Amino acid sequence: MVRARAMRTAELWCLVTSVLLGVPAASVWAAEPIKVGLVAALSGQSAKSGEAITRGLTIAIDEINTRGGLLGGRQLTLIRRDDESNPSKGQIAARELIFKEKVAALFGGIDSPVSLAIVPLVNKEKVPFMGVWAAATPITRNGANPNFVFRVSAVDELVDKALVQYAVKKYGAKRPAMMLINNPWGESNEKGLTAAIASAQLETAGIEKFEGNDADMVPQLLRLKAAQADVIFLVATVAPGAQVMKGLERLEWTVPVVSHWGISGGRFPELAGKGAQHVEFIQTYSFFGSQSAVGQKVLAALQAKYPDIKGPGDVTPPVGVANAYDAMHLIALAIGQAGSTDGEKIRQGLYAIETYDGLIKTYHRPFSPDNHDALNENDYVMVHYVGEQIEPLAK
Amino acid sequence: MLAVMAMISGFGLGSMYGLLALGFSLTYTASNTVNFAQGSAMMLGAVLCYTFAVTLEWNILSSISLTLLLCAVWGLLVERFTVRPFVRHGSPAWLMATLALGIVLENAVLFTFGKEPRSLPSPLTAQPLSIAGLGVYPLQIVIPVVGLLVALGLQLVFRHTLRGKAWLAVVQNPDAAQLMGINVTGMIAAAYALSTVFAGGAGMLIAPLFNVSSDMGTLFGIKAFAVAILGGITSAWGVMLAGCAYGVLEALITALFGSSYTHVVTFTLVIIALACMPHGLLGRAGVNKV
Repeated sequence: MVRARAMRTAELWCLVTSVLLGVPAASVWAAEPIKVGLVAALSGQSAKSGEAITRGLTIAIDEINTRGGLLGGRQLTLIRRDDESNPSKGQIAARELIFKEKVAALFGGIDSPVSLAIVPLVNKEKVPFMGVWAAATPITRNGANPNFVFRVSAVDELVDKALVQYAVKKYGAKRPAMMLINNPWGESNEKGLTAAIASAQLETAGIEKFEGNDADMVPQLLRLKAAQADVIFLVATVAPGAQVMKGLERLEWTVPVVSHWGISGGRFPELAGKGAQHVEFIQTYSFFGSQSAVGQKVLAALQAKYPDIKGPGDVTPPVGVANAYDAMHLIALAIGQAGSTDGEKIRQGLYAIETYDGLIKTYHRPFSPDNHDALNENDYVMVHYVGEQIEPLAK
Repeated sequence: MLAVMAMISGFGLGSMYGLLALGFSLTYTASNTVNFAQGSAMMLGAVLCYTFAVTLEWNILSSISLTLLLCAVWGLLVERFTVRPFVRHGSPAWLMATLALGIVLENAVLFTFGKEPRSLPSPLTAQPLSIAGLGVYPLQIVIPVVGLLVALGLQLVFRHTLRGKAWLAVVQNPDAAQLMGINVTGMIAAAYALSTVFAGGAGMLIAPLFNVSSDMGTLFGIKAFAVAILGGITSAWGVMLAGCAYGVLEALITALFGSSYTHVVTFTLVIIALACMPHGLLGRAGVNKV
């Protein structure tokens, strides 16, 4: 209601200005940029994730603006806010972007708890929210109708299935265990992994949890070792993930660690030391190997715009860049379909996208009322750290 | 075997709590006040050492020395601006003021150092030694040794030196101590400087095992205060003993019952211990002579 009134006031001012200046109203509108917002961790242990998302969005926005923008020449503008990985701060930032900046769509960051805090707000205010990293299942499957939350990223439930399948196939896992961060993201994965382990007819050796600031994970690992775990599924952000790897080193326990991607958003190799090289984790894209035409174009654009990127290994973490790039193009296509920046029309526009030849894959009807996740388990790749670079594992 | 390994691991962690808690003990013994910015002072030590030794690539001994000096200066500032003005007027507001100053320091570090955790390399964490099947970094042996030496030193100073007795006199009756020629203000300021030196030292010792970040002292500070109360805040030995006991208890409960029970069981046992021994493990009831 408030937004609609603000739009009417803006339209009136636009008309008055155009009459006074003697220019057609349409051209005044054409000059007004379309704002899109990003609420992500731009500082803290996951700051690299926010930077990667920013880069992916920026490259896509540059392409769209170079082609003449959207809705008859309106340029896209990205407005970023730091959530510091804090759900309350993320919600405040989202409110500011919606009510003050009046963004047409919002993008989310790495932290599932932050995205989960923003979901009720965007559904109430009818602003499309596109997740590009946070993988908690209830982010998109939130029960709201209408649901304004979409995602170009992994989904915990599907990631968990993929991790279990990988552990069985590569290590013949029979008694896997879980090391989970004690927050909503960890809970989401506990459910997903428990279901995936059960459906693979395996026995869980144990489930252990830790806080983000815990200094010593050895007691939890001792318990899992005593339970004869043969693989550990790790769900953690960078700092506690590094403490888990230090704990394994102290135990001299060389159990395979198959991890969700939370460890890829910061200085994991620096904090975990040698142990960082022993973790295998999931991503949605790798800039290594043979690249599609879109992959070559994006890599070239990244190298041209960011001097620190000399090759594919410098696009760190790649998942943030790739997801954000495709997500921005999908939102742009939806705005084009909608013919306006109205939230409900963009939502319908996302459903109406037929085909998009993207970076991660060629999307065919990526979204429908029953499916708000554009990626699925067929789009995941397993990777590991080589030095500080993330490289794909041989299939 | 599981329990033995958990105890070894917990002892290393617990001695870190004990080392930090000694700072609480020192200021309380000397002035009946506590510096709630102790966790932040620990963080300051780690951040300064990282900045000098890693960012500026200075010699490690110079880095440690300058860090300890700056921590002492920080302790003097804490006492001068957040404790003395309130104690002088008999107000307990120093409690909130020290806590607030700690938050200010954390945020100042957040803006300057950044919030991204960093790793402080140390030769003492390069290769773990094997003790009862558990890898123990040499630094994890150094920390309790340092803690026990500090506790021993404090005990000796308080019991057997003139300056230590003067410190005790200050807390028992500041006016009488002043009349006896003791520099009460200076003694309290020195206690604060020394307590933040302990905290800064603890930060430098803990950082290679953990990481360096603006919020690294928060959880340690809370647990160290719990340990100080548990040990009997006026007893340096008690504080160090409580730190080790707390760490061992925490690790044992996690290893034997699972991480879901760690905090519930640990803090319940702490409450029971305090209910049975209200002045802590080795603390003594204060006597007011009239």
